[in-house]
Amino acid sequence: MASSATAIPQQADRSSRKSIYMVLGCTVFAAAAQVLLKFGATHPMPRLSLADSSTWMPFLTALLGNYQLVLGYCAHSGNALLLILALRDGELSMLYPIIALTYVWVNLLSMYFFNEHMNVWKALGIALVIGGVALLGRASARA
Amino acid sequence: MSKTPLSSILLVLLASLIGSFGAVFLKLGAAHLNRGFRYILNWHLGFGVALFLGSSVPFLIGLRNGELSVLYPMVSLGYVWTLFWSRLFFDEPITKAKLGALSLILAGIVCIGVGGR
Repeated sequence: MASSATAIPQQADRSSRKSIYMVLGCTVFAAAAQVLLKFGATHPMPRLSLADSSTWMPFLTALLGNYQLVLGYCAHSGNALLLILALRDGELSMLYPIIALTYVWVNLLSMYFFNEHMNVWKALGIALVIGGVALLGRASARA
Repeated sequence: MSKTPLSSILLVLLASLIGSFGAVFLKLGAAHLNRGFRYILNWHLGFGVALFLGSSVPFLIGLRNGELSVLYPMVSLGYVWTLFWSRLFFDEPITKAKLGALSLILAGIVCIGVGGR
Protein backbone atom coordinates (compact mmCIF):
# COMPACT_ATOMS: atom_id res chain seq x y z
CA MET A 1 0.00 0.00 0.00
CA ALA A 2 2.82 2.43 0.97
CA SER A 3 4.83 1.76 -2.18
CA SER A 4 2.05 2.64 -4.63
CA ALA A 5 1.88 5.91 -6.63
CA THR A 6 2.48 9.05 -4.51
CA ALA A 7 -0.31 11.28 -5.82
CA ILE A 8 -3.13 9.04 -4.68
CA PRO A 9 -2.04 8.55 -1.03
CA GLN A 10 -1.59 12.35 -0.69
CA GLN A 11 -5.10 12.89 -1.93
CA ALA A 12 -6.33 10.22 0.49
CA ASP A 13 -4.40 11.88 3.35
CA ARG A 14 -6.04 15.22 2.78
CA SER A 15 -9.53 13.78 2.54
CA SER A 16 -9.10 11.62 5.64
CA ARG A 17 -7.77 14.63 7.60
CA LYS A 18 -10.92 16.52 6.67
CA SER A 19 -12.92 13.53 7.87
CA ILE A 20 -11.07 13.64 11.19
CA TYR A 21 -11.99 17.32 11.74
CA MET A 22 -15.62 16.53 10.91
CA VAL A 23 -15.64 13.64 13.37
CA LEU A 24 -14.15 15.93 16.06
CA GLY A 25 -17.16 18.18 15.41
CA CYS A 26 -19.33 15.07 15.81
CA THR A 27 -17.99 14.49 19.34
CA VAL A 28 -19.01 18.03 20.38
CA PHE A 29 -22.52 17.55 18.94
CA ALA A 30 -22.80 14.08 20.49
CA ALA A 31 -21.76 15.21 23.98
CA ALA A 32 -24.17 18.18 23.87
CA ALA A 33 -26.93 15.81 22.69
CA GLN A 34 -26.38 13.44 25.64
CA VAL A 35 -26.62 16.22 28.21
CA LEU A 36 -29.74 17.68 26.57
CA LEU A 37 -31.37 14.23 26.26
CA LYS A 38 -30.65 13.51 29.94
CA PHE A 39 -32.29 16.84 30.90
CA GLY A 40 -35.21 16.07 28.56
CA ALA A 41 -35.61 12.47 29.80
CA THR A 42 -36.01 13.56 33.43
CA HIS A 43 -38.57 16.23 32.49
CA PRO A 44 -42.03 15.25 33.84
CA MET A 45 -44.22 13.82 31.05
CA PRO A 46 -47.92 12.86 30.89
CA ARG A 47 -48.70 9.15 30.96
CA LEU A 48 -48.73 7.43 27.55
CA SER A 49 -50.81 4.31 26.96
CA LEU A 50 -50.63 2.90 23.43
CA ALA A 51 -54.01 1.19 24.00
CA ASP A 52 -55.70 4.46 25.00
CA SER A 53 -55.72 6.91 22.06
CA SER A 54 -56.88 9.81 24.27
CA THR A 55 -53.39 9.84 25.86
CA TRP A 56 -51.61 10.17 22.48
CA MET A 57 -52.12 13.88 21.76
CA PRO A 58 -51.24 15.18 25.26
CA PHE A 59 -48.07 13.05 25.14
CA LEU A 60 -47.13 14.25 21.65
CA THR A 61 -47.72 17.91 22.62
CA ALA A 62 -45.62 17.47 25.75
CA LEU A 63 -42.93 15.71 23.68
CA LEU A 64 -42.70 18.60 21.19
CA GLY A 65 -42.84 21.12 24.08
CA ASN A 66 -39.92 19.43 25.85
CA TYR A 67 -37.38 21.86 24.40
CA GLN A 68 -34.34 20.13 25.93
CA LEU A 69 -35.38 16.89 24.25
CA VAL A 70 -36.01 18.67 20.93
CA LEU A 71 -32.62 20.43 21.13
CA GLY A 72 -31.02 17.09 22.05
CA TYR A 73 -32.44 15.55 18.89
CA CYS A 74 -31.24 18.56 16.85
CA ALA A 75 -27.71 18.02 18.18
CA HIS A 76 -28.11 14.30 17.44
CA SER A 77 -29.09 15.12 13.83
CA GLY A 78 -26.13 17.47 13.49
CA ASN A 79 -23.93 14.63 14.69
CA ALA A 80 -25.49 12.15 12.24
CA LEU A 81 -25.22 14.57 9.30
CA LEU A 82 -21.55 15.31 9.98
CA LEU A 83 -20.88 11.58 10.38
CA ILE A 84 -22.48 10.84 7.00
CA LEU A 85 -20.23 13.43 5.35
CA ALA A 86 -17.16 12.13 7.19
CA LEU A 87 -17.94 8.54 6.15
CA ARG A 88 -17.75 9.55 2.48
CA ASP A 89 -13.95 9.67 2.64
CA GLY A 90 -12.99 8.02 5.91
CA GLU A 91 -13.41 4.43 7.00
CA LEU A 92 -15.99 3.64 9.65
CA SER A 93 -13.41 1.72 11.65
CA MET A 94 -10.77 4.50 11.40
CA LEU A 95 -13.04 7.34 12.47
CA TYR A 96 -14.50 5.52 15.46
CA PRO A 97 -11.47 6.01 17.77
CA ILE A 98 -11.94 9.79 17.56
CA ILE A 99 -15.59 9.46 18.50
CA ALA A 100 -14.36 7.84 21.74
CA LEU A 101 -13.44 11.37 22.90
CA THR A 102 -17.17 11.84 23.45
CA TYR A 103 -16.91 9.63 26.57
CA VAL A 104 -14.50 12.14 28.10
CA TRP A 105 -16.75 15.13 27.30
CA VAL A 106 -19.90 13.35 28.55
CA ASN A 107 -18.29 12.35 31.85
CA LEU A 108 -16.97 15.85 32.49
CA LEU A 109 -20.37 17.36 31.64
CA SER A 110 -22.18 14.77 33.85
CA MET A 111 -20.04 15.83 36.80
CA TYR A 112 -20.76 19.50 36.09
CA PHE A 113 -24.50 19.40 35.28
CA PHE A 114 -25.79 16.38 37.22
CA ASN A 115 -23.37 16.24 40.18
CA GLU A 116 -22.38 12.73 39.24
CA HIS A 117 -19.25 11.48 40.92
CA MET A 118 -16.25 9.78 39.41
CA ASN A 119 -14.85 6.69 41.08
CA VAL A 120 -11.96 4.34 40.36
CA TRP A 121 -14.17 1.77 38.58
CA LYS A 122 -15.83 4.31 36.30
CA ALA A 123 -12.49 5.95 35.43
CA LEU A 124 -10.90 2.55 34.77
CA GLY A 125 -13.90 1.51 32.69
CA ILE A 126 -13.80 4.67 30.56
CA ALA A 127 -10.04 4.27 30.06
CA LEU A 128 -10.52 0.63 28.96
CA VAL A 129 -13.32 1.59 26.56
CA ILE A 130 -11.27 4.40 25.01
CA GLY A 131 -8.20 2.11 24.80
CA GLY A 132 -10.32 -0.60 23.22
CA VAL A 133 -11.84 1.77 20.67
CA ALA A 134 -8.42 3.23 19.78
CA LEU A 135 -6.98 -0.28 19.37
CA LEU A 136 -9.97 -1.23 17.24
CA GLY A 137 -9.21 1.69 14.93
CA ARG A 138 -5.52 0.76 14.62
CA ALA A 139 -6.32 -2.91 14.11
CA SER A 140 -8.81 -2.00 11.39
CA ALA A 141 -6.34 0.32 9.63
CA ARG A 142 -3.68 -2.40 9.47
CA ALA A 143 -5.99 -5.07 8.13
CA MET B 1 -27.83 2.03 47.15
CA SER B 2 -28.06 1.32 43.44
CA LYS B 3 -27.76 4.60 41.56
CA THR B 4 -28.21 3.08 38.13
CA PRO B 5 -30.85 0.30 37.97
CA LEU B 6 -30.19 -2.82 35.89
CA SER B 7 -33.33 -2.08 33.82
CA SER B 8 -31.75 1.20 32.65
CA ILE B 9 -28.52 -0.59 31.73
CA LEU B 10 -30.41 -3.24 29.73
CA LEU B 11 -32.42 -0.57 27.88
CA VAL B 12 -29.21 1.25 26.92
CA LEU B 13 -27.61 -2.00 25.74
CA LEU B 14 -30.70 -2.60 23.57
CA ALA B 15 -30.31 0.94 22.18
CA SER B 16 -26.68 0.13 21.27
CA LEU B 17 -27.84 -2.88 19.24
CA ILE B 18 -30.42 -0.83 17.30
CA GLY B 19 -27.90 2.00 16.81
CA SER B 20 -25.26 -0.38 15.43
CA PHE B 21 -27.64 -1.27 12.59
CA GLY B 22 -28.07 2.48 12.04
CA ALA B 23 -24.33 2.78 11.40
CA VAL B 24 -24.46 -0.05 8.84
CA PHE B 25 -27.23 1.68 6.88
CA LEU B 26 -25.49 5.09 7.07
CA LYS B 27 -22.39 3.44 5.59
CA LEU B 28 -24.48 1.87 2.80
CA GLY B 29 -26.25 5.20 2.25
CA ALA B 30 -23.02 7.22 2.20
CA ALA B 31 -21.87 5.14 -0.79
CA HIS B 32 -24.78 6.60 -2.80
CA LEU B 33 -23.30 10.09 -2.28
CA ASN B 34 -20.27 9.12 -4.36
CA ARG B 35 -22.56 9.49 -7.37
CA GLY B 36 -23.47 13.07 -6.35
CA PHE B 37 -24.87 14.97 -3.40
CA ARG B 38 -28.42 14.90 -4.80
CA TYR B 39 -28.48 11.22 -3.84
CA ILE B 40 -28.70 12.37 -0.17
CA LEU B 41 -32.32 11.16 -0.18
CA ASN B 42 -31.92 7.42 -0.46
CA TRP B 43 -33.65 4.73 1.54
CA HIS B 44 -30.41 3.43 3.10
CA LEU B 45 -29.67 6.82 4.68
CA GLY B 46 -33.33 7.29 5.63
CA PHE B 47 -33.44 3.90 7.33
CA GLY B 48 -30.09 4.56 9.05
CA VAL B 49 -31.38 7.84 10.48
CA ALA B 50 -34.66 6.13 11.49
CA LEU B 51 -32.69 3.42 13.33
CA PHE B 52 -30.59 6.05 15.13
CA LEU B 53 -33.78 7.87 16.16
CA GLY B 54 -35.42 4.56 17.11
CA SER B 55 -32.42 3.61 19.25
CA SER B 56 -32.88 6.83 21.23
CA VAL B 57 -36.29 5.66 22.54
CA PRO B 58 -34.99 2.82 24.78
CA PHE B 59 -31.99 5.06 25.55
CA LEU B 60 -34.26 7.89 26.78
CA ILE B 61 -36.42 5.52 28.84
CA GLY B 62 -33.26 4.11 30.40
CA LEU B 63 -31.88 7.60 31.01
CA ARG B 64 -34.87 8.59 33.18
CA ASN B 65 -33.26 6.66 36.01
CA GLY B 66 -29.55 6.34 36.54
CA GLU B 67 -26.40 8.27 35.83
CA LEU B 68 -25.42 9.59 32.39
CA SER B 69 -21.75 8.93 33.19
CA VAL B 70 -22.61 5.22 33.61
CA LEU B 71 -25.24 4.76 30.91
CA TYR B 72 -23.61 6.69 28.05
CA PRO B 73 -20.34 4.65 28.03
CA MET B 74 -22.49 1.49 27.90
CA VAL B 75 -23.46 2.52 24.35
CA SER B 76 -19.90 1.46 23.43
CA LEU B 77 -21.24 -2.10 23.23
CA GLY B 78 -22.32 -0.86 19.80
CA TYR B 79 -18.66 -1.22 18.67
CA VAL B 80 -18.87 -4.91 19.45
CA TRP B 81 -22.03 -5.29 17.35
CA THR B 82 -20.54 -3.11 14.57
CA LEU B 83 -17.48 -5.35 14.26
CA PHE B 84 -19.69 -8.35 13.56
CA TRP B 85 -21.90 -6.42 11.11
CA SER B 86 -18.76 -5.09 9.33
CA ARG B 87 -17.62 -8.67 8.84
CA LEU B 88 -21.07 -9.78 7.74
CA PHE B 89 -22.03 -6.91 5.40
CA PHE B 90 -18.74 -5.29 4.29
CA ASP B 91 -16.40 -8.33 4.44
CA GLU B 92 -14.05 -6.51 6.85
CA PRO B 93 -11.93 -9.22 8.50
CA ILE B 94 -12.06 -9.95 12.26
CA THR B 95 -8.43 -10.11 13.42
CA LYS B 96 -6.88 -11.05 16.79
CA ALA B 97 -6.15 -7.35 17.42
CA LYS B 98 -9.80 -6.49 16.87
CA LEU B 99 -10.86 -9.25 19.27
CA GLY B 100 -8.37 -7.85 21.80
CA ALA B 101 -9.91 -4.40 21.35
CA LEU B 102 -13.38 -5.83 21.88
CA SER B 103 -12.22 -7.51 25.10
CA LEU B 104 -10.99 -4.13 26.36
CA ILE B 105 -14.33 -2.50 25.54
CA LEU B 106 -16.29 -5.31 27.20
CA ALA B 107 -14.02 -5.19 30.30
CA GLY B 108 -14.54 -1.40 30.36
CA ILE B 109 -18.33 -1.78 30.25
CA VAL B 110 -18.19 -4.27 33.15
CA CYS B 111 -16.00 -1.88 35.20
CA ILE B 112 -18.36 1.04 34.53
CA GLY B 113 -21.28 -1.20 35.56
CA VAL B 114 -19.48 -2.05 38.81
CA GLY B 115 -18.67 1.64 39.40
CA GLY B 116 -22.31 2.58 38.91
CA ARG B 117 -23.59 0.27 41.64
